Amino acid sequence: MSTLPTTGSLLLPAILLSPLLAMLIIVFIPKEEKKLIKIVAAVGTFVAMVFSLYVFFAYNRSLGGMQFTLTIPWVPDIGVNMAFGVDGLSLPMLLLTNLIGFCSIYASWNMENRAKEFFVLLLILITGVMGTFIARDLFIFFLFYEIVVIPIYIMVIIWGSTKRVSKEYAGMKLTIYLLIGSAFLLVALIALYLAAARNGNPTFMFDQLAARQELFSPAFQKVAFGLMLFGFGSLISMFPFHSWSPDGYAGAPTAVSMIHAGVLKKIGGYGLIRLGVYVLPIGASFWAPVIAVLAVCNVLYAAFIALAQKDLKYVIGYSSVSHMGYVLIAIAAMNPTAMNGVVAMMFAHGVMSALFFSMIGFIYEKTHTRNIPDLGGLAHQMPRLAIGFMIAGLASLGLPGTVNFIAEFTIFMGTIKVLPVQAILGIAGIIFTAVYTLRVIANVLFGPRRPEWDHLKDIRGPELIPLVVCGFVIFVVGMFPNILMGLIDTGVVSSGLAKVLETVSQAKMGGLF
Amino acid sequence: MFKEMHDLFQWAWLIPILPFLSFLLIAFVTKRSKGLSSTVSILAILTALGIAISIGIGVIQSGAEIVENPAIVNVNWLNIMGLKINFGTVIDPLSAMMLFVVTLVASMVQIYSLGYMHGDKGWSRYYAYQSLFASAMLGMVLATNLLQLFIFWELVGLCSYLLIGFWFFKVSAREAAKKAFITTRVGDFGLLLGILFLYHRFGTLDFVALSAALSTNLQNVAVAGTVGYVTVMAFLVFMGPLGKSGQFPLHVWLPDAMEGPTPVSALIHAATMVVAGVYLVARMYFLFDASPAVLQFIAGVGAFTAIFAASIAIAQDDIKRILAYSTLSQLGYMMFALGVGSYSGSMFHLMTHAFFKALMFLGAGSVIHAMHEKQNIWDMGGLWKKMPITGWTFFIGVLAISGVPPFAGFWSKDEILANALLNGHPVIYAVGLFTAFLTAFYMSRLFFVAFMGPEKPENHPHESPWAMTIPLIILAFFSVVGGLVALPEHNFAFFVHYGEFEAEAMHWGLAGISVIAGLLGIGLAYTIYVKKTIAAENIVARFPSVYKVLQNKYYVDEFYLWIIHNIMDGVAKILYWFDIFVIDGIINGIAFITRGSAKTLRRTSTGQLQTYAMVFFFAVVVLYLVFAFGEGQLQALNPLATLGGVK
Amino acid sequence: MNLSNLSNLSVGLSTYLLVGAMLFCLGLYGVFAKKNIVAILMSIELMLNAVNINFVAFNRFIWNQKIDIHYVLTGHVAALFVIVVAAAEVAVGLALVIAIYRNRQSTNVDEFNWLKW
Repeated sequence: MSTLPTTGSLLLPAILLSPLLAMLIIVFIPKEEKKLIKIVAAVGTFVAMVFSLYVFFAYNRSLGGMQFTLTIPWVPDIGVNMAFGVDGLSLPMLLLTNLIGFCSIYASWNMENRAKEFFVLLLILITGVMGTFIARDLFIFFLFYEIVVIPIYIMVIIWGSTKRVSKEYAGMKLTIYLLIGSAFLLVALIALYLAAARNGNPTFMFDQLAARQELFSPAFQKVAFGLMLFGFGSLISMFPFHSWSPDGYAGAPTAVSMIHAGVLKKIGGYGLIRLGVYVLPIGASFWAPVIAVLAVCNVLYAAFIALAQKDLKYVIGYSSVSHMGYVLIAIAAMNPTAMNGVVAMMFAHGVMSALFFSMIGFIYEKTHTRNIPDLGGLAHQMPRLAIGFMIAGLASLGLPGTVNFIAEFTIFMGTIKVLPVQAILGIAGIIFTAVYTLRVIANVLFGPRRPEWDHLKDIRGPELIPLVVCGFVIFVVGMFPNILMGLIDTGVVSSGLAKVLETVSQAKMGGLF
Repeated sequence: MFKEMHDLFQWAWLIPILPFLSFLLIAFVTKRSKGLSSTVSILAILTALGIAISIGIGVIQSGAEIVENPAIVNVNWLNIMGLKINFGTVIDPLSAMMLFVVTLVASMVQIYSLGYMHGDKGWSRYYAYQSLFASAMLGMVLATNLLQLFIFWELVGLCSYLLIGFWFFKVSAREAAKKAFITTRVGDFGLLLGILFLYHRFGTLDFVALSAALSTNLQNVAVAGTVGYVTVMAFLVFMGPLGKSGQFPLHVWLPDAMEGPTPVSALIHAATMVVAGVYLVARMYFLFDASPAVLQFIAGVGAFTAIFAASIAIAQDDIKRILAYSTLSQLGYMMFALGVGSYSGSMFHLMTHAFFKALMFLGAGSVIHAMHEKQNIWDMGGLWKKMPITGWTFFIGVLAISGVPPFAGFWSKDEILANALLNGHPVIYAVGLFTAFLTAFYMSRLFFVAFMGPEKPENHPHESPWAMTIPLIILAFFSVVGGLVALPEHNFAFFVHYGEFEAEAMHWGLAGISVIAGLLGIGLAYTIYVKKTIAAENIVARFPSVYKVLQNKYYVDEFYLWIIHNIMDGVAKILYWFDIFVIDGIINGIAFITRGSAKTLRRTSTGQLQTYAMVFFFAVVVLYLVFAFGEGQLQALNPLATLGGVK
Repeated sequence: MNLSNLSNLSVGLSTYLLVGAMLFCLGLYGVFAKKNIVAILMSIELMLNAVNINFVAFNRFIWNQKIDIHYVLTGHVAALFVIVVAAAEVAVGLALVIAIYRNRQSTNVDEFNWLKW
């Protein structure tokens, strides 16, 4: 390893390391000191959140491109660099990870069972997810992605809950899906690497891979993108590879559901843009029609199934599958507006689902049930929780004023130009989303007071953090979308993505492919 | 002169912001103090009313200038590649009129609620919602582009949802709120599609720019299919008003929305939010005007809704439901007015209807308050003597809606009917006239049964407190004089019109016919319910099935419920079954096969070292043979070779 | 003695290799087929000795006087190594056999399947 380059910014490694540092400290705290463990975890994620907020606002939007970069040659022989950096596509995801990471600590504030191990694993998980988003190198990206899988498996098995399916089944399903996906991904990555290395200068860097278009033949692009689609598609719960998602979320503890639905899933969407569309545009445009059809299936199919659910977490699990359909359909649209929408949707859905899962977590923790018919009238006993639940629900159905509306609208706007039929079908999904969301809200929160829940205490103190943080983000970004959208737009424009997309769409018109 | 006015108009953004700040203040600061919450909310809306009045005066003083050049302020809201959206305020006579109506009715309702909601546990929450609603509604009125309008449109829908479900512990209120949201959502789906297509086609959503782009597009005949495209878009956009303004077949939510507190019904479900659809059609009139087919459709839907809802209202017994169906019917009036090209008439009726319908709802609230939450008109009777102010103001409302001169409803209704006939829609004119008759009949029926009639000894009604009667008196005042703006030379139609302004004379002959229709209705109700020369029971007995159908609202609700419970939930269950047994079945099947084959294959792992060694030995022999003699064939087995380009 | 004359004798390299191969196959058969663990150890010894024969034979026949003047003893040394290792192996192996026998009262390898699933 060579010496540190003087020009690199150490901010991103600092963000990456602060939860890791907290994790190391927790390892040395006796396991009886649960309060201390939680505080250390909270401080670690808080520092990361503050730093990423700083990066978010310090990012020079007029300049664009990768900023806060740091590149350390790691395995020079095969061209692996420890390269970090953020641009308009990854910075929202980094911020999202840290927001949700911070909230997830507080959502597990009442965790008593093996708290030490839980927070150690949770912090590793957060670090892993974060790493994938700030990596500028394919190898590092994949490394962090694999780091993520292990803690999730353990956490579901130990702290999960058994309902329709056992937690062992859920954890196993989740892990196997992720690993099968990553196996396909690995093949694609190696192929990509080998193809790009043919000019004698092997590299894993995203931008350099993207710059070597001439080395990727159309046939190669189609095969490689297909593999990638399978890998990232299972991660983003693309129909028909979605079935891990409801079971997994239902089995997982609250914090894992939050992080998984909130950010981990988004690695799929992020990867499809950063690696798929950006590096293999021809392959992407070849597969786009398939993605579009599957995306519509996602939206409508999952929305309908959500109607038939009795378990709260299953409703939200299927709803997240449904929302991911919007992300996919926008990727299939292959134009800059839609790409803006993709990132915005991932951000919006992340915040929303984190809030939703944390509220459901509190309901489950207090009532010990998630069965909707057993609940009802909770707004009487827990008005603050009801507010949080309502905010999440309204965001979920894309109410204007929430960030989700911005995202959905941008996606629809981008999609309707190129895929009108699929877009219309997808937009019809907002009706069914409204139906199941409002049904859940009505049946859980409203209705006559139930005396059996009179002993419940409303959420208070640390438990309020997820509501405050997520609610604030949902509304502030919803009302002033340029805070987020301006940044994403620089990402789409300056990363060269817009140019790539333009080339592809022009080539398509010219009938090249 | 106009310049100074412009400076005034630039402050229009304060009107929606003030109630919004009041919402934030109540939600985060004053929610524990009931008195402070209501004070903050009422002060905010009264200030907004003040600004709205001064803007209104400014508009009137600016005269023709403002009609030609609306005062528009825009700031950028969303700016990304391929999508630029502004937020802004537009002041023209139309929005000035709406601002005045909304702030007036909203402040009246908020003051009224001081009495009506007295002692309610959710007092602060109520005023927070009221402020939020006022903010959203005013923001919508001021919208300079379609997306801004849509955003606030959805937000008023949210407030409506929250306020219908205000008493969330009532199952009926909870269900009604849900129904309202979902039904309007169906319409919004179309509206959203319309917005997307419009932006896709014309690259802007700004009303002014859109109008200009549309007219250039239409003039350019070479742009093939423009008219068809415009028709589709206009139809999609109209789906929004269809839901929001409760037009058939999306009218089902409005009667159920009466589960909310009565002042809410007065404000949201009579005077302001439900006319948002009409307002949208008026704002987008350049689009509808370009598509005669859709205009025809609007006229048809409006007229049908008018008579359909009026016929249901005849057979209802709940005082608020009668008013709700009356609202639907009057909304139909406004819609078909737009459809037949009576733009000014529709807006005029929107304004007068806001006054008298809010008045009547608040009057009904006053009655319900006095009757201790009884809403059936047959339980009431003789209220006239016990509640003189409520009685008199309600009577004014009845006269106004029945189109008796010189009350407000007469002027607006006359203009609509006259325009319908003069613009060549005799069928719609006839329907409108008959609806006017029905309206007069059922409103008088309500009035005679509830206010005249014999007193019921079990009731002990009393006049409501001043907080409730003063708004009634103010609204009654506007219901009396509100129509007179049609009279002067620079009348209502001079300010609010579409296209070239043509001064129209009153059509006294046609007006006479509608007055007669109204009086006939009142007279018939009088004979049946006061004189009782014709017994109502006899009529019911004569046509039992008709009465049953009317009382059950033509079974539309039942039909929708059947669809939802059988088809939608059925599909949901089938897909869930599919997901669990087919998709998961395949996944679990793969896992099962894997485990099964593993079970078989593990037999080969005998644990006998000798067997392993033997396999090892023979494998080496085979590999040796392959490498020695089969080198050429090996190339084909290279899996990476299929990836193309990889050596 | 002239070593070059030896190469003209009828006993050539292939004769040695043949003996070695036969010996190896005998050992291999023993390893695969014998059930008694001591017999298997003996078979292994057979295989090792087959290898030793090959080592020595190759060393002798590959040596070319014209190129390499000194006679190199690499093969012989290797064979000696093998013998030493084999002796060590027998020591360890027999120790294991005794340990297993004490545990199981058997020297039959078919019964040594504790690693089986």
